[in-house]
Amino acid sequence: MAEMDTSSGGGHKKGPGVKKGKKLSTRVDLTPMVDLGFLLITFFVFTTTMSQSTAMNMNEPKDDSTQQLKVKNSGAMTILLGKGNQVYYYYGQLEADKLSEQFKSTNFKEIRSLIVEKKKKTNIDDLMYIIKSDKESTFKNAIDILDEMTICDVPPGHYAEVDMTDTEQLLIKKTEEANGVQ
Amino acid sequence: MPKVKIPRKSTTIDMTAMCDVAFLLLSFFILATKQKPPEVLSVTPPASVSAKAAPDKSILITLTKDGKAFLMLGDETKKADILNNINTDKALNLSPAELAKWTKAPFVGLPFNMIKGSLASEKEIPANQLPGIPVDSTDNQMVDWIRAVVKAYVGVDQRKLQEMLLVKGDNEALYPTFKNIKQAFKKNEIFKFRIVTNGEAVPAGSELYMKGSAN
Repeated sequence: MAEMDTSSGGGHKKGPGVKKGKKLSTRVDLTPMVDLGFLLITFFVFTTTMSQSTAMNMNEPKDDSTQQLKVKNSGAMTILLGKGNQVYYYYGQLEADKLSEQFKSTNFKEIRSLIVEKKKKTNIDDLMYIIKSDKESTFKNAIDILDEMTICDVPPGHYAEVDMTDTEQLLIKKTEEANGVQ
Repeated sequence: MPKVKIPRKSTTIDMTAMCDVAFLLLSFFILATKQKPPEVLSVTPPASVSAKAAPDKSILITLTKDGKAFLMLGDETKKADILNNINTDKALNLSPAELAKWTKAPFVGLPFNMIKGSLASEKEIPANQLPGIPVDSTDNQMVDWIRAVVKAYVGVDQRKLQEMLLVKGDNEALYPTFKNIKQAFKKNEIFKFRIVTNGEAVPAGSELYMKGSAN
């Protein structure tokens, strides 16, 4: 809505037949341009803050067979990561005759409360979370569970990543079949 | 009583000043934001509560969705050294000209036996068709790469090197590839590195959250 200059009425009359040169104002309404400017600002502000990447520290243990950590049965919780973002866990050591009782499945939403629960129940010196990742678990799972340790404020040295045993692999496979995990 | 005439004023305001401000802010934001390093491979990293910012200058191993590994040498001062180390260690027989060409490449995504061929040919393979550096448990070339990196940084503050070593993986990358990369670090006596993640707020009510608010 460019404004029209209407102030030229009156003044000098040039008689009939003489056309009046219409004077157009040079002022343009800038409202849409301001809108556009602010829209772009909002857009840039939002897109830039979203993609801020952070770095998470990773500390790997030395592969030293002479320094095997002895973990107390009562303080150990083994967390297994399977495919399809499934999490399995058991406390202590697997015992052949009580497998189905011990081996339970859960997911990433509930694992936090389980970790906290275990942490509260156990003497901090005995506490140990053993994390084992399946071949078909993803990178995200591995990072998420470590992040979960940070979120639950588990002190470093009280969780470790260990390779999976064949028994556990088999158990995961069976549970996956039973639960129909794709 | 005489009528009081209220003069009718126009409701239109001059928008020029506001327009100026808007575009000034816009240009400020565009210029002030740091540009991301060129991203050749699209990777969606997982989220973590870590609040440390990822460094700009880094040696970055990228792990894509389909399990390919790429290496980006972000430290220009050492890049030539690292590539030269690989050239001699692996007997790639690269000429100085080829080595110079290689130094200009933004990242490495080829097994050793393909490097000479790709540098000799004019045509460049698009990033999404590169085979990536082999990181199988049988043929883990990342071990050699990290060895070359470590060698180039001999005598430099090791803590600085550790801060520069980054692994950036896609959410859907499978665990074994990541494990092999970890192995590659371990075999070179590096036990500390960092994972690039997307920042995330600490969930309210969690242990870490309580600890943070208590301080």
